[in-house]
Amino acid sequence: MEREYEMMKNIFQGKLVSLVAEDPQVVANAYAHWNRNAEFKRLLDADPAMLWSAKKIKEWLEKEIEDSEPKFFSFQIRDLQSGKMIGFTGLGDLEWNHGDGWVGIGIGESEYWGKGYGTEAMQLTLRYAFTELNLHRVTLGVFDYNPRAIRSYEKVGFKLEGRLRGEMSRQGKRHDILIMGILRSEWEIG
Amino acid sequence: MDVKIPLFDGELVCLAPIDPERDAEIESKWTHDAEYLRSLSLDPARPLSPAQVKKKYEALEKDVEEAKNQFYFAVRLRSDDRLVGFTRIYWIWWTHRSGLVSLGIGDPGDRKQGYGTEALGMLLGYAFDELNLYRLTAVVAEYNQAALRFFENAGFVQEVRRREAVNRDGRRWDLFHLGLLESEWKGNTR
Repeated sequence: MEREYEMMKNIFQGKLVSLVAEDPQVVANAYAHWNRNAEFKRLLDADPAMLWSAKKIKEWLEKEIEDSEPKFFSFQIRDLQSGKMIGFTGLGDLEWNHGDGWVGIGIGESEYWGKGYGTEAMQLTLRYAFTELNLHRVTLGVFDYNPRAIRSYEKVGFKLEGRLRGEMSRQGKRHDILIMGILRSEWEIG
Repeated sequence: MDVKIPLFDGELVCLAPIDPERDAEIESKWTHDAEYLRSLSLDPARPLSPAQVKKKYEALEKDVEEAKNQFYFAVRLRSDDRLVGFTRIYWIWWTHRSGLVSLGIGDPGDRKQGYGTEALGMLLGYAFDELNLYRLTAVVAEYNQAALRFFENAGFVQEVRRREAVNRDGRRWDLFHLGLLESEWKGNTR
């Protein structure tokens, strides 16, 4: 007897956002623009903020697309209501043999901060990690001066696993990088 | 400034350059010891021929030269210059002055002789007094109790426990990040 399987069709879509592959030119222009927002860069990245041209960024994006074995599974985040690209999310540094990977997310359009867009995008990313990449756990690093992100990650189920003390130096002060992790079993409950 | 303080010479061992012709055969033997490989890396353990080891050395020196965020040392006996292991500082974030450390003594018969302890001591001196780093991290799997004790004896403190991040021999293990601040090291060695 034939059986029909009901597969989840909308693994890329939530209620507020969808995960998409945007045109590299659109992405490059957005990244070049968001890079100029110091607040965004400080919250996102340990590397010194740099202002690359959209042309250079597009070259990197296109090279990444050419890689036959992708090192990163990255998506752009699109606001469903306006169709606007508001940020990016992705999984990388995948240890396939151990089932662990690192997730990174950024909402470049600051008017979308604190409204649940990032949290939903993270939930979609975790669903992808656990039901499509079949990871056992997902790891992330977040800076101690980014309480909004820490709350969002806790809401989604990440647990604090420790702190790298003074791993970052900014504005003459030392800051910790918090390492948080979520196991598949914890995600399934939530 | 005391120019006479040695950087690379201990009583038992030295930190030394790689000698690809001589070292490749010895290191190839070590890579056939799964316990050795698995104690050092999450990568799937795989044995290497001397030719493959030589290629690895070439790639390593190229990376040291180009990425400028790694320092690699062979560990050799003072008595007869025999290769007994390696040690390195890598993934250095210069703006934050942090890095990771790794150390291995290849032949089990060469362990528990004080070679690793002395080599690590010189590596820490290099990291803090020569590279001016603020902190170092060692990443060790739960099943490697010897390495956990080794780094803790050198002053490293357990900071992060990535739960079930390692999958080997049909079970899951935690992965620890241990950290050592320059101020703590200075306090220990003065």
